[in-house]
Amino acid sequence: MASVEHTDSQGLAGGDGVRRRDFINIAAVSFAGVGAVAVVIPLIDQMNPSADVLALASTEVDLSAIQPGQAIKTTFRSQPLFVRHLTDKEIAEADKVDASSLRDPQTLEERTVDGKKQWLVTMGVCTHLGCVPLGAGEGENRGEFGGYFCPCHGSSYDTAARIRKGPAPKNLEVPKFSFTSDTAILVG
Amino acid sequence: MSFPWAEHYTPKHPVMQWIDEKLPLPRLVYNAVGAGYPVPRNLNYFWNFGVLAGLALVIQIVTGVIMAMHYGANTLVAFGTVEQTMRDVNAGWLMRYAHANGASFFFIVVYLHIFRGLFYGSYKAPREMVWLLGLVIFLLMMATAFMGYVLPWGQMSYWGAKVITGLFGAIPVVGEPIQTWLLGGFAPGNASLNRFFSLHFLLPFVIAAVVILHIWALHIPGSSNPTGVEVKGPQDTVPFHPYYTAKDGFGAGVFLILFSILLFFAPNYLGHPDNYIEANPLSTPAHIVPEWYFWPFYAILRAFTVDFFFVPAKLLGVLAMFSAILMLFFLPWLDTSPVRSGNYRPTFKKFFWILIIDVLILGYCGGAPAEEPYVMISQIAGAYYFAHFLIILPLISRFERPLPLPGSITESVLNRQNIKGEQDALPGMGADPQPSNAG
Repeated sequence: MASVEHTDSQGLAGGDGVRRRDFINIAAVSFAGVGAVAVVIPLIDQMNPSADVLALASTEVDLSAIQPGQAIKTTFRSQPLFVRHLTDKEIAEADKVDASSLRDPQTLEERTVDGKKQWLVTMGVCTHLGCVPLGAGEGENRGEFGGYFCPCHGSSYDTAARIRKGPAPKNLEVPKFSFTSDTAILVG
Repeated sequence: MSFPWAEHYTPKHPVMQWIDEKLPLPRLVYNAVGAGYPVPRNLNYFWNFGVLAGLALVIQIVTGVIMAMHYGANTLVAFGTVEQTMRDVNAGWLMRYAHANGASFFFIVVYLHIFRGLFYGSYKAPREMVWLLGLVIFLLMMATAFMGYVLPWGQMSYWGAKVITGLFGAIPVVGEPIQTWLLGGFAPGNASLNRFFSLHFLLPFVIAAVVILHIWALHIPGSSNPTGVEVKGPQDTVPFHPYYTAKDGFGAGVFLILFSILLFFAPNYLGHPDNYIEANPLSTPAHIVPEWYFWPFYAILRAFTVDFFFVPAKLLGVLAMFSAILMLFFLPWLDTSPVRSGNYRPTFKKFFWILIIDVLILGYCGGAPAEEPYVMISQIAGAYYFAHFLIILPLISRFERPLPLPGSITESVLNRQNIKGEQDALPGMGADPQPSNAG
């Protein structure tokens, strides 16, 4: 056997030990492998959000009816979205805090649009385990920092919806949004 | 496979002979769970739970396939079709209660099966592969149970799905895309429900396939036994049928009695009332808890409240929870003691029972609200859980002095019978104690 292979490699591979048949074998299997991987891509990608889900990926919100001190609860990407019209007192309270002392340091400016500091737009999804915090509805418990309070594990958010107490690691997420007019925003 | 003295399959009826020549399936069954499989003669009732787990899987598949006939996997109708199954479908209530409580019983017997394996060292060589495949089954069961719980589309279904898929969101960088990919959206929705239904239907059959591998791997060295001493000859074994089919049959009877008590008298005892409220993405139940069989792991998940070394607490919790199970894959190599059975390992035995209490404490904390003192207890109990496997067990294996092992299974059985025989003879005042009939 050895002698036959020896002759083979001599004859076909020019002496470097790799036979032509080995090359064809590896090339064929690699080609099939690349094909198999290519087939897996759609099999995995089909699980990503479909076009109709993505079509609902942005939400318009009318702000005209929200009075200072009020908040509304709507949905963005089928998750709760809080839009709060801050009072001057709430803004002052948020500004009073030294941002660098916070768990997730951010100032109110960084969390709102320039010149429209009174409009606080955040996801209504606690950054701990995804519960919906209380505080957007009239008369709901807003926690000891006057913003939002998550009843699941007791996370308290302040008037800028920054995490102040409890197990949540981050501030309530501010989604990407822009003002389409003075009284309307487009989220997403 | 099996021992040389195993009974041989010799079909007498010509039809059976004809089948055996064409497709030796009856032969396979005979050699696997019939008279052709010699089993140690000293197995106790803890060896029932493998068969009981198989029985529970069959109950789940039968009731589950029937429920799928009445279920609509769409967020608009899912909750309604489940209620319809309960109220309108003939015997629908029985199917659903049997399926929901069957899941609990499946986990009860599987936990006892794992408990047996841990105490008697069943995971040790040459049965490592049996242990590893068992853990794969356990992981598949957990995934299946989780997805099944989402299907009724109640409040706990929805928020459970959100919290559990949120665990993947804790992974840095790729976490959120993975979460979105798992759900097929930004929150649990119709796409999530459909895929969970599809996979919940598929996975039990995958489990059944891995169960076959589990039994196959078991039958190569043969079953372990309470002494942990290997089979030495034909005198150490009895055929599986009729000896253990009878013993397992008795166990199955007890299992079904207990199952019926829960099913017919307290079918909602282990459930959550919140799951009879339809899913509402805008309102979170005050107290989200998973089903009881996830509680110990849920406690470990929630035990991390502070960041360590810039790793967020949430990610630590997720890593710890997965490690709590993945660590068990290394158990055969963490416990290096050559003695298998806990009966002959005095130090191991003590720590084993501490571990069991520890896991029960974790389970209790996992079902309790996430507040003090439960969080602190979870932290201590969680740390102990890892310490048991990673520190205590390897140390015991090195320093423990095990008790003398019996020479063989037969010897241990006969010794026990002799002692029993002498005790029986005492009140009889017999001058000559009855010779044990096993002599």
